[in-house]
Amino acid sequence: MFTEIGHFALILATFIASLQMVFGFWGAQRRHAGLMQATDQAALVSFSLVLLAFAALMHAYIVSDFSLLAVWENSHQDKPLIYRIAGTWGNHEGSLLLWTLILTLFSACLVLAGRGLPSSLKARVLGVQGSIALGFLSFMVLTSNPFLRQAVLPIDGKGLNPLLQDIGLAMHPPMLYLGYVGFSMAFSFAVAALIEGRVDPAWGRWVRPWTLAAWVFLTAGITLGSWWAYYELGWGGWWFWDPVENVSFMPWLSGTALLHCAIVVEKRDAMKVWTILFAVLTFALSLVGTFIVRSGLLTSVHAFAVDPERGRYILVLLALSIGGSLGLFAVRAPIFKPGGLFAPISREGALLINNLLLAIAAAVVFYGTLWPLVVEALSGQKITVGGPFYDRTFVPLMAPLIIVMGIGPFMTWKRADAGAIAQRLGLVLGITAVIVVAVIFLRRGGAWLPYVGVGLAVWLIVAAAVEWWDRVGLRNGSIAGLWQRIARTPNAAHGMSLAHAGLGVAIIGMVGSTSWSVETITTMAPGETAALGQHCVRFNGVNTVPGPNYTALRGDLTVLKNCQDDWLSLAPEKRSYPVRAMGTTEAAINSRWNGDVYVALGDEQNGKRIVRAYFRAFVPWIWLGGILMVAGGLLSLSDRRLRLGIPRRVRAAVAGKSTQSAGSGLVASKEAQSS
Amino acid sequence: MAYSRKSQRLLFISVGLGLAVIAVIFMALAFSSTAAFFKTPSELQQETAADGQRYRLGGLVETGTVVKQGTQTDFSVTDCEASLLVRTNVILPDLFREGQGVVAEGQLDAQGVFVADKVLAKHDENYMPKDVADKLKEQGVWQGGGGC
Repeated sequence: MFTEIGHFALILATFIASLQMVFGFWGAQRRHAGLMQATDQAALVSFSLVLLAFAALMHAYIVSDFSLLAVWENSHQDKPLIYRIAGTWGNHEGSLLLWTLILTLFSACLVLAGRGLPSSLKARVLGVQGSIALGFLSFMVLTSNPFLRQAVLPIDGKGLNPLLQDIGLAMHPPMLYLGYVGFSMAFSFAVAALIEGRVDPAWGRWVRPWTLAAWVFLTAGITLGSWWAYYELGWGGWWFWDPVENVSFMPWLSGTALLHCAIVVEKRDAMKVWTILFAVLTFALSLVGTFIVRSGLLTSVHAFAVDPERGRYILVLLALSIGGSLGLFAVRAPIFKPGGLFAPISREGALLINNLLLAIAAAVVFYGTLWPLVVEALSGQKITVGGPFYDRTFVPLMAPLIIVMGIGPFMTWKRADAGAIAQRLGLVLGITAVIVVAVIFLRRGGAWLPYVGVGLAVWLIVAAAVEWWDRVGLRNGSIAGLWQRIARTPNAAHGMSLAHAGLGVAIIGMVGSTSWSVETITTMAPGETAALGQHCVRFNGVNTVPGPNYTALRGDLTVLKNCQDDWLSLAPEKRSYPVRAMGTTEAAINSRWNGDVYVALGDEQNGKRIVRAYFRAFVPWIWLGGILMVAGGLLSLSDRRLRLGIPRRVRAAVAGKSTQSAGSGLVASKEAQSS
Repeated sequence: MAYSRKSQRLLFISVGLGLAVIAVIFMALAFSSTAAFFKTPSELQQETAADGQRYRLGGLVETGTVVKQGTQTDFSVTDCEASLLVRTNVILPDLFREGQGVVAEGQLDAQGVFVADKVLAKHDENYMPKDVADKLKEQGVWQGGGGC
């Protein structure tokens, strides 16, 4: 019964979304207050309906209602509850429903949080959101309906692919989708601005929190995906330059650029056309990302079996949304007046260069991912590019990007004092040189290129630290009142320092794991020992352990520090799942500050077992870097200046009284608006 | 320093173009030397061996051909027309099974054995490389997933 309600809600939501689209555009055009208000209601109703549909589908998974085709194909009664819940979005139909749920959630948030927005702008933004929702909902209802019944009721389901029965599935796709869909908001704002023909600093201030939130989720989603692919064997490690990984990385690159040029619109009323273009491109890349994963267009490790009939619908949706918005851009972009002037040596100049580099980096990834398709279409020759291609193209582009990232925050808007900056950069360079020399001395030898990478990362971290040091007034040595100065510094500034340093930390992890890891692959009888770098690994044997819906063969291994004392104990597993007659290999990982000890079991032969042991240097730094970037983004998001509709006056109030609460900030903004 | 809208735009365009040109040069150089050709076993058999060219070999793991010896695994990859011996030392993914889709990346040695340094299976056990599926359809033995 609940299922039928959910199905009905999904179909009804499709109609409401089309109303939202029509009311939004028409109401804003005619300046009809009633229609614009109806747009708000439609957005809220459409969210409630999709939420109801999602709840109904999740309920069907939890109670294992195998009369639903999607549940039967992807679930099983014996599956632990968490994976029955996560299984809701572990397949094509469910993941689309989750996507749409998040899309309508963002629209509903705009209705609830965006009271300060001009009503015509808000109606148009919701109109664009409604049309995206309409596209997805109709796609779902027509080609990928999660509520399809089957006539014969089976006794039990086929079960979820055991590889996907992982905490990674519960967390990675929702985060990634929150990021992808979050960029729809910047897209909708951009399209609305193109229709209205107006972009001003207020517009930049409205767009930024949505972009920032989307960026935070996407960063978290990519980091989680990287972590999942790292501990899951045979998925190519933390980054493989696989097409499916690349398509999530492209919106991240262009979203990062968008985030930074929206600041220029907000502060300096410049780079407007650039910002709109990035808003459109970022969401376009997100759509491409969603669909490439689901269309089977590209040869990928992460590919899923697909239904070719869906491909055409997807292609039409893509052509309409991307072609339509870029066409609108081409027609309307020339009407935007150029904004504030700036010297080449200025904050704007640095952001501009970084934006160009990010755009080109995204273009390189785009080329490497999609050009093989073009080559195949033209010559019939199937080719793929992998890590080596990006090592020679993407990585060299990152070097100047990181150098400029270190310099930019020291610069003032409009025109920076080159002499003063050079003095601070000299300090940064000095500290960086000392640290890099220490690293070279400690590691002794090996290729020189990793040291360059580490040097760049250290440069970035030190620059962020020195800039923060100066900003909170520690440069002149006064400790008194430090806490007040830290509290008075905008959270956005703290967030920037944290996120920039986080990227540096992640780069150290990436460089270290690529260059300084060691591995051993050998067959071992119980009691035997093998060398792993300077340490040793002892295999003690295996025993059988039951799991909730599998049985596991658990190995017992000990790592000996410097081949002498017992140090770490590791228990990798080989699991077999009877429902799908399939096994999984679970690696055992022990994380140290300078890397992971990573052990996996292979098959048994003649009483000996294959053991694969790795020391993966500095890998935890990658996750730490991701966490710092997310934390920086969240901190920046908590900046009260970013709250919708807060005018300049509040900043003066904040400067005068640093302990003012966010609530009174909102009150102040209301007062300022009415005055 | 005097700066105007014109010089600002000029700077913007010249920096952008400069970076783009450098990136294009990088890409052109890297693409020709790092691209791996995706081949099926019957296509790869016609190639001359051991010229250092990297390939991705896609097909099905032929049933009954998987031989494990120590850390080394030998198996045949087939596209139902020809098969090719693959030798590898790496961890085989969990979804690596006889009769199912696989992609191996590596080079041909002098004996015509495909030495793979990467063996990938898909997330989805019904998945089959598109080329192989097309080939099977051509030959009329397509069964909608599964072996030859």
